[in-house]
Amino acid sequence: MRIIKTAVAAAALTALLAACGQGSATKEAAAPDGKTTVRYMNFSANDGHEKDLTAIVNAFQTANPDITVQVETVPYANYFTKLQTAVAGGTAADAFELNYENFVTYAKNGSLAELKEVDAAAYKKSLYDAFTTDGKQYGVPESFSNVVLFYNKDLFKKAGVAEPNADWTWKDEQAAAEKLTNKGAKVWGDYQPVSYNEFYKVLAQTGGEFLNADRTEATFNSPQGVEAAKFLVGKVGKTMPTEADGAGTPDFDSKLFKSGKLAMWHTGIWMFSGMADAPFNWDVAVEPGNTQKASAMFVNGLVVNAASKNAEAAQKWITYLAASDKTTETRLATSWELPPVADEAKLAPYLQQPKPANRKAVFTALEETVLPPVIERQQEMQDIVTQELTSAAAGRKPVEKALADAQTKVNGLLKK
Amino acid sequence: MNGTMDRTEDPTVSRPVESTANRTTTTRRPRNWKTLGWVLFFLLPSAIPLFVFTLVPMVSSLWVSLHKWNLISPMEWVGFRNYTNLLTDETTRRVFLHTLIYVAGYLPIVYAGGLVLALALNQKLKGRAFLRATYFLPVVTSWVVVALVWKWLLNPTNGLVNQLLGAVGLPEPGWWTDPQWALPAVILSSAWKDLGFVMVILLAGLQSIPNDFYEAAKVDGSNAWQRFWRITLPLLSPSTFFVVVISLINGFQVFDQVYVMTAGGPSGSSQVVVGQIYDLTFRYGRAGEASALSWILFALILVITVIQIRGQRRWVHYA
Repeated sequence: MRIIKTAVAAAALTALLAACGQGSATKEAAAPDGKTTVRYMNFSANDGHEKDLTAIVNAFQTANPDITVQVETVPYANYFTKLQTAVAGGTAADAFELNYENFVTYAKNGSLAELKEVDAAAYKKSLYDAFTTDGKQYGVPESFSNVVLFYNKDLFKKAGVAEPNADWTWKDEQAAAEKLTNKGAKVWGDYQPVSYNEFYKVLAQTGGEFLNADRTEATFNSPQGVEAAKFLVGKVGKTMPTEADGAGTPDFDSKLFKSGKLAMWHTGIWMFSGMADAPFNWDVAVEPGNTQKASAMFVNGLVVNAASKNAEAAQKWITYLAASDKTTETRLATSWELPPVADEAKLAPYLQQPKPANRKAVFTALEETVLPPVIERQQEMQDIVTQELTSAAAGRKPVEKALADAQTKVNGLLKK
Repeated sequence: MNGTMDRTEDPTVSRPVESTANRTTTTRRPRNWKTLGWVLFFLLPSAIPLFVFTLVPMVSSLWVSLHKWNLISPMEWVGFRNYTNLLTDETTRRVFLHTLIYVAGYLPIVYAGGLVLALALNQKLKGRAFLRATYFLPVVTSWVVVALVWKWLLNPTNGLVNQLLGAVGLPEPGWWTDPQWALPAVILSSAWKDLGFVMVILLAGLQSIPNDFYEAAKVDGSNAWQRFWRITLPLLSPSTFFVVVISLINGFQVFDQVYVMTAGGPSGSSQVVVGQIYDLTFRYGRAGEASALSWILFALILVITVIQIRGQRRWVHYA
């Protein structure tokens, strides 16, 4: 009996020591024969583009035999929690991906290394400038994408409704959505999440401003804001599924569209490859506007960890991943997000892909875009706006009250 | 998690009487030192992690709670401002309200259910040991697994529960997708998981009631109902007390199931205190306020537990 106890205790102790030993071993990332290892964390390869990222990594390693890139891919939903914990704990990767919305938070809190001697001419200027803070370059643009209106051609044909085109406004969209909605068959006409991301966009489509010019005050509780919010919230339950139907939960919309039960869907061009094997005909159009057009545009950037010991190699890797021809080719051939290169002629192969037919809508949409409003306490602001709007959508609050409450709370974030 | 507590805190367990062997004083001291050494040695594997991962963070969270800190930039001293801000904050009030609703819903269900099970499985049934083990199984199952299974069972469109409800013509709630049903869904799955724990404690309590009492009562002409109210329930009160104290402490700290099933949603309708502490720290980078909220929760649990211990004289009968 006693022998067993001692053995168990000894085993437990050994396991404990082994665990500690392992922890410290991984931190000193193994770098055999003078090679440098660059750890890279990202979300954008998750769910479908892992192989494409590996292809870029391999090409980079062939061109730079002294550098090894170690990739860690994390789902978007957990990415920023994981990143924050890793940065705080000093275990963050040498280089990582940040979307434009979160870039400001990280640049301000001093966790990013300044990039030196970057070839700025390789990038589209507006995208490059988005990663400049206080005159210093803390990142390079990696990719950009926008949101278009996906639609199920078969459902339109069956209902005898004319297909969307670039001249459509909200009214045309809603009229079509009402005809396409068939609650008995569980078919919905439209889906546009009631969320921060959609709200600032419909606000821009109505001509409203989310923040004042110097970003010190929220201004979205305006007549335009109320009109925009009412449009978004008013669709819920009428032409669009409700929270109780599952709206707002992960993958709800992509599954609904792919199952052929959704006629129109506002979502990003990163869904092209995922919908390639959908069992029906579909196409895309520029999103309808209200008083003006405004398509949501998202930009991802690449940064180097301020605490990295391999900053130079890390910068080499991220600039390759951002603007090399290999990356450009891979992104276009796999309908990933678009490369941020200055030379637009390089984007031509994108239009030669077969599905969806109206690919040029992606570039038309880029003519009038709106970027996400960004503040230092970004995540909280997004959560507040989404929560207030979903409260209104579920009928727990009038739209006017939800907007007023959201504005008060966002102003509270700007003060502190 | 709770399993270890009943050994030290369960008032129903009396201290073991010192064995007579230890009374021989001559050899006692050196042997005890040696024993103490061994005890410490065997304690090390759990004492070191307890110190490093529980005690140190606990004390440092008190320090953090007096600062503004986003986990990355240096800390900034703010004194008690985190506490005063939290106490006037609408969200804080809401998460405490949700937690109270959770506890108020969970405790009666888990206690009544556990009592019925304990009474049933205290009878001489066939396959009794198997049934006891079966009901205890969820207790030792990972919370993440249980929450995922329940999330799937309570799926509003194709979950088993709603299909059964629909089959008998009852309304089918939206469960975790509906703000009004999200908390009840969490309560239901939590009660299901902890039923076995309550059952085991009450079963032990039932078995420690001497049979003589029942026999004497029978001779006096009592019926089964009277015996339950006059003998079983009062003599079960020490176990009941233990179950209530532990369940309340755990109930106020509810997190895993909420995080997995609803993540506090839809639109914050099922957010609880510990969930808010998590979000404040890891989503919003407000570790100072999160630490302050932890200490407010600690104070609340402490007060409630002290009140319970003070109040126990009135209703807990030790045989």
